[in-house]
Amino acid sequence: MAYAKNLEEIRALVASHKRWDLVFACVGVLALMIGVLTFVALFADMAIKGVPRLDWDFFTNFPSRRAGQAGILTAWVGSCLVMLTTAFFAVPLGVAAGLYLEEYAPKNWVTDIIEINVTNLAGVPSIVYGLLALGLFVYQFGFGQSILSAGLTLALLILPVVIVATREAIRSIPQGIREGAYALGATQWQVCKDHIVPYSSAGILTGVIIGMARAIGETAPIITIGALTFIAFLPPSPVKAAPPFVSFEWLTSPFTVMPIQMFNWTSRPEAAFLVNAAAAGFVLVLMTLAMNGLAIYIRYRLRKTIKW
Amino acid sequence: MAAVPGLASNTMPPLDAGARLKQRRARVLRERAIEGVLFLAALVSVFTTIGIVYVLVKESVLFFTHVSLWDFLTDTQWTPLFDDAHFGIMVLLSGTITSSLMALSIAIPLGTIIAIYLSEFAPFSVREVAKPFLELLGGVPTIVYGYFALLFVTPILQWFYPALPGFNILSAGIVMGIMIIPYVSSISEDAMRAVPMALREGSYAMGATRFQTATRVVVPAAFSGIASAYILGISRAVGETMILAVAAGMQPSLTFNPLEPAATITAYIVQVALGDLPHGSIGYQTIFAAGLTLMLFTLLFNVAGHFLRKRYREAY
Repeated sequence: MAYAKNLEEIRALVASHKRWDLVFACVGVLALMIGVLTFVALFADMAIKGVPRLDWDFFTNFPSRRAGQAGILTAWVGSCLVMLTTAFFAVPLGVAAGLYLEEYAPKNWVTDIIEINVTNLAGVPSIVYGLLALGLFVYQFGFGQSILSAGLTLALLILPVVIVATREAIRSIPQGIREGAYALGATQWQVCKDHIVPYSSAGILTGVIIGMARAIGETAPIITIGALTFIAFLPPSPVKAAPPFVSFEWLTSPFTVMPIQMFNWTSRPEAAFLVNAAAAGFVLVLMTLAMNGLAIYIRYRLRKTIKW
Repeated sequence: MAAVPGLASNTMPPLDAGARLKQRRARVLRERAIEGVLFLAALVSVFTTIGIVYVLVKESVLFFTHVSLWDFLTDTQWTPLFDDAHFGIMVLLSGTITSSLMALSIAIPLGTIIAIYLSEFAPFSVREVAKPFLELLGGVPTIVYGYFALLFVTPILQWFYPALPGFNILSAGIVMGIMIIPYVSSISEDAMRAVPMALREGSYAMGATRFQTATRVVVPAAFSGIASAYILGISRAVGETMILAVAAGMQPSLTFNPLEPAATITAYIVQVALGDLPHGSIGYQTIFAAGLTLMLFTLLFNVAGHFLRKRYREAY
């Protein structure tokens, strides 16, 4: 029966096409698994090698020529101070720029140029920012190889991230909110500071945290500006016993940061230092994971709770 | 403030016309000033670009007064810090190209497959878990990936191929590829999800399977977005530094063999920056010439990407 045979052929054809669906679904899961397994292997490898090394002394000791006594005190203090400087510059600048582009910018070529720049800067390799900082901040402006130079470099590096996050957060605010505020006689700035910025703050925060998580792990630009890999002293304390109680001497101090400390230990041949590198890497991964996780959680909450 | 209804305006004494005009003028002035400040903040990105170009070009011009452009492009040796100095950028470029190809040959297929899977095949729950996880994978510091490549992946590869040297492009390239997967997959997936549902429904209505719909309808429709994802992946690979500095060794050699150690442009910059080179020396200038080459390379890809996107842009 020709008809039945034809039907069988069609069924076979459909079945073979459906088989491709299954094959691809399996390939997709497999590809995803490669990513997941790599991450698990990386995390487990560091945890197994590094966790036994993590004790109180590891966090409070200066780096040392003897692996057993070396610690990450200068590294984490340096990282904290650099992050502080970065946030101080990147957050106001990024939010202001995002606010301008979304709420104020007229449609003209100047705005176009700014937008193209923000997009392109996000794709510039981080080491190029290091070269910019070396030529400009370290030598031209004379900031030296200091926490200030490093903080400014990383601030420029994460600026596009903060700007893009700010713009996305602002864009999701319905137009009616603005119109309502204007209708009550508010000026543009009053609308921005009383409505736009507060309502987009969670979205901005997500972007800032993701940017900071990226900055804390950046190694190349900081090495390029000439951060030292072996620092056995702390920067001057930002808090003083005598008035005016705060000091900004630490801004010009030489420093090291966590990823550079880890790089230094990784490039040494002795196995004992590699254990230190694993421990420092574990701390670093935990920090970035915690920050990224927090950002993902805030965004998740945001999507759940805010319905315009 | 008179403009804000509420307690403040009720308790304020009524103003005569002149005072109100003055107040309004002050308010307009303040609004203008604030707009100006915000505009300056937005201009920082323009100044950053200008700064990058200025620094790279300025030092590179000094460099090219010592070394001719012809030597720079054709010399087959890179020994800028030796007495017998050679400045053949080809040597560093070969390392950059080999490692990038290695990384992209992993990141592009896997990233695309993951994007198609998450966008078209995966159930909602899988996607909700997998997306943040991939994001975390992209957030791991590159120095940690470098450590992983040197001390975990290389020993495994040596187990399969014992002659592999401790520093090699292969393991650095593989790890770099895995690092880039999230960048490729997340942007590609966003592009595919932006394809209107009606296109898929039309395809299903014609009797196409999921796989046929994904590869023949969704991917072509989203191609301009997928191309941007690839371009971003390429930029990441070309500009990646620490994985290569740690795991690929820092010996400049003109090779396209991934089983050998090599230096890339980025690794060279790190190597020079680690040693304390005096400001203004020729060695100091080489890193800016190398950086300029890197910049031109990424610029080239971005321009190519721009035209690719334009060519394949689909409007709905």
